[in-house]
Amino acid sequence: MIPEVGHFALIIAFCLALLLALVPTWGAWRRNVAAMSLAPGLAVGMLVFVTTSFICLAAAFLQDDFSVKVVASNSNSLLPPIYKFSALWGNHEGSLLLWALILALWTAAVALLSPQLPLLVLSRVLGVMGAIGVGFLSFSLLTSNPFERLLPGIPADGNDLNPLLQDPGLIIHPPLLYMGYVGFSVAFAFAIAALLGGRLDASWARWSRPWTNVAWAFLSLGIMLGSWWAYYELGWGGWWFWDPVENASFMPWLAGTALLHSLAVTEKRGLFKSWTVLLAIFAFSLSLLGTFLVRSGVLTSVHAFATDPARGMFILVFLALVVGGSLTLYALRAPAVSSRVSFGWISRESLLLVNNVAFLVASLTVLFGTLFPLIMDALGAGKYSVGPPYFNAVFVPLMALLMPFMGIAPFSRWKSDSAARWRSELAVPAAAALLCGVTLPLLHAPYNLWVALAVLLSAWLVLGLARDLWRKVRGASSLRQGMRRLTPSYWGMVLAHLGFAACVVGVVATSQYSIEHDLKMGPGDSEVLSGYEFRFNEVAAVRGPNYVADEARFEVWRDGKRIALLAPQKRRYLASGQVMTEAAIDAGLFRDLYVAMGEPIGDSGDWAMRLHYKPMVRWMWLGAIFMAVGGFATVFDRRYRRQRSGARAAAARGAQYAG
Amino acid sequence: MPARLKLFLPLVLFALLALFLFRGLGLDPRELPSALIDRPLPEFSLPRLGEEEPVSRADVVGRTAFFNVWATWCVSCRVEHPFLQQLAERGVPIYGVNYKDDDVAAERWLDQLGDPYLLNIADRQGSFGLDLGVYGAPETYLVDAGGVIRYRHVGVVDERVWQETLQPLYEELVSAEETR
Repeated sequence: MIPEVGHFALIIAFCLALLLALVPTWGAWRRNVAAMSLAPGLAVGMLVFVTTSFICLAAAFLQDDFSVKVVASNSNSLLPPIYKFSALWGNHEGSLLLWALILALWTAAVALLSPQLPLLVLSRVLGVMGAIGVGFLSFSLLTSNPFERLLPGIPADGNDLNPLLQDPGLIIHPPLLYMGYVGFSVAFAFAIAALLGGRLDASWARWSRPWTNVAWAFLSLGIMLGSWWAYYELGWGGWWFWDPVENASFMPWLAGTALLHSLAVTEKRGLFKSWTVLLAIFAFSLSLLGTFLVRSGVLTSVHAFATDPARGMFILVFLALVVGGSLTLYALRAPAVSSRVSFGWISRESLLLVNNVAFLVASLTVLFGTLFPLIMDALGAGKYSVGPPYFNAVFVPLMALLMPFMGIAPFSRWKSDSAARWRSELAVPAAAALLCGVTLPLLHAPYNLWVALAVLLSAWLVLGLARDLWRKVRGASSLRQGMRRLTPSYWGMVLAHLGFAACVVGVVATSQYSIEHDLKMGPGDSEVLSGYEFRFNEVAAVRGPNYVADEARFEVWRDGKRIALLAPQKRRYLASGQVMTEAAIDAGLFRDLYVAMGEPIGDSGDWAMRLHYKPMVRWMWLGAIFMAVGGFATVFDRRYRRQRSGARAAAARGAQYAG
Repeated sequence: MPARLKLFLPLVLFALLALFLFRGLGLDPRELPSALIDRPLPEFSLPRLGEEEPVSRADVVGRTAFFNVWATWCVSCRVEHPFLQQLAERGVPIYGVNYKDDDVAAERWLDQLGDPYLLNIADRQGSFGLDLGVYGAPETYLVDAGGVIRYRHVGVVDERVWQETLQPLYEELVSAEETR
């Protein structure tokens, strides 16, 4: 019964989405206030019904209702309850429902949190989001119904969730990632609304900025969690593979990074208008393209969903309608004449343009690398696979070129600045960064030039920010008061840039300094890695809720002190018979110690063991967290709050705008 | 008005991309170019891993067996390895094709993680892989006693793939071989 309720709720949600796509948009066209006023209610209604549907599916999973097909294929009675719940999105049908739920959440959030928006704009924005909802809800209902029953012949027990997905990281990774992906639909909807309205002024940029920042922050967190999960769960210490599915999440992030910088220029200076609109379309298109790539089976990937050409066709048609439609609208409505406002070559605008070019080129490069096998195959030129060497060769120099400019930007002035000012203000940070770059890598023998370069560039960013902070604060009567004058937007930028610097140092240091020993070890053996002694004491058999495991027990000693106990496991899951490696990690700010079990060797109790010493690997995830916190922080800026409290005045202004 | 035309460029590019995506839907990246299914395993003469003594097609043909294309640089091969080990313990014959790899690294891998292979063909240049039409490691080919390729699986072989696809095919070929 419950699954049928869920199915029915999903159908109602679809109908509401259809109304939301049509009625307010029609209202905006005919200037019909009654029709436009329906938009927020419909948005909330869509949320209510998608949520109902989601709860019903969750109930089916938690109650082990194996008559429901997705539950039978992805859950098991022995599965711990929290994984029964997260199994909901560990499959194509359920994750699509999560997509729809998050889209409904964003739509309702725009409806409820935007009292300052003129009704005309709000109804267009919600109409666009409703149209996207129609696409995804019909995709779910027509090709991927999560409530499909297995009748008759209900299995006694389920197939179990893929053991790779039975992990705390995977409980929250997909929701966060989708919050990011889908969040870009808000920026997209604002861009389309602006094109429809024919007014591409600074106001649409101001409205969509906080939404874009928040979506970008969620996406950063989501990608970070994915990387962290791969690191400890796949059992061999890798954290990024340039796999098509990873690229699918990374491309919108890169485009989104360009977008949020470009939005700043459009808001503050009224420049790059068409460009920013195009980036907003591009970022969301890449989110949709990612969905297509992951679910259509056109590319092979380690973690693609079960695929089906009918589904692929559906998304492709949807993609063509959304992207093709919006680009047509763009071609017809975007202002073709360049803005009358001008800026000098030495200005903040130019630096942000560098950012835009770098991130756009980066996302196109990743797009090209990801699609290359498909393109060659389609041309009949043979089967290819594109690996990390290509991506690294393009990506690393691009980021290294970007960073010198990134150090100047926070500090630069709009419109026109002078090279002499940059020189005089930044000479000290530049010299200090050079000193850091040369000396800090001395702390870790042997001296590594790549790390030196990374430290140099990151120190340049950090010291440039410090200089800028000092410049802003020094005029105040006290440090505290000076700090208080800084806006949340500014702090957000500082945090995100610091995070980027931390990320760069972490990625380069861990790539260059990591030590990996693969060796045969028996109980009683020990091995020294970079001063850490790993003592292998014993192997014990342990039992988990739905698996049995061999657990190796290690002590790690350094300078005569025991600093960690590590217990990696080799698990055999009972329902599927799949074997999984569970690595044991002693995490630290400056180094991770990592043990994973290989295979037993012979009958004497020896095992193949993989021991890792990974310096500064945490920095890249910490960096991503900083970036995300920075993105969230910008929302607290007073200029958004002021708008909210002065909603009435804004509504009055909006009426004027509508006329 | 040329300025307006410029704005159509993104649309044109997207249309081109959509065309490729559409074409891609009809192609299966996991599918063997049909030319090779039910065709004989290509001829080759390559060194055995770690030795210079050559292996040729004649040395590996004669019984129903799997050919597993792997490499130490391949992520998924790590995931796949324990299961191959289990198959080998059950007596399933597997030949390894060590694809575009470093011999020393490959031998170290086999020493440490175990060796499920009857023998390993060291395809350092990837020439045999090219003849086979290897798309990316890991790939697994099922070759019958007559040396004819009967099936190709792209990606990791795990319990599910084994039970649902490979095992039935394998057992069918083995019983055909025995009755002959």
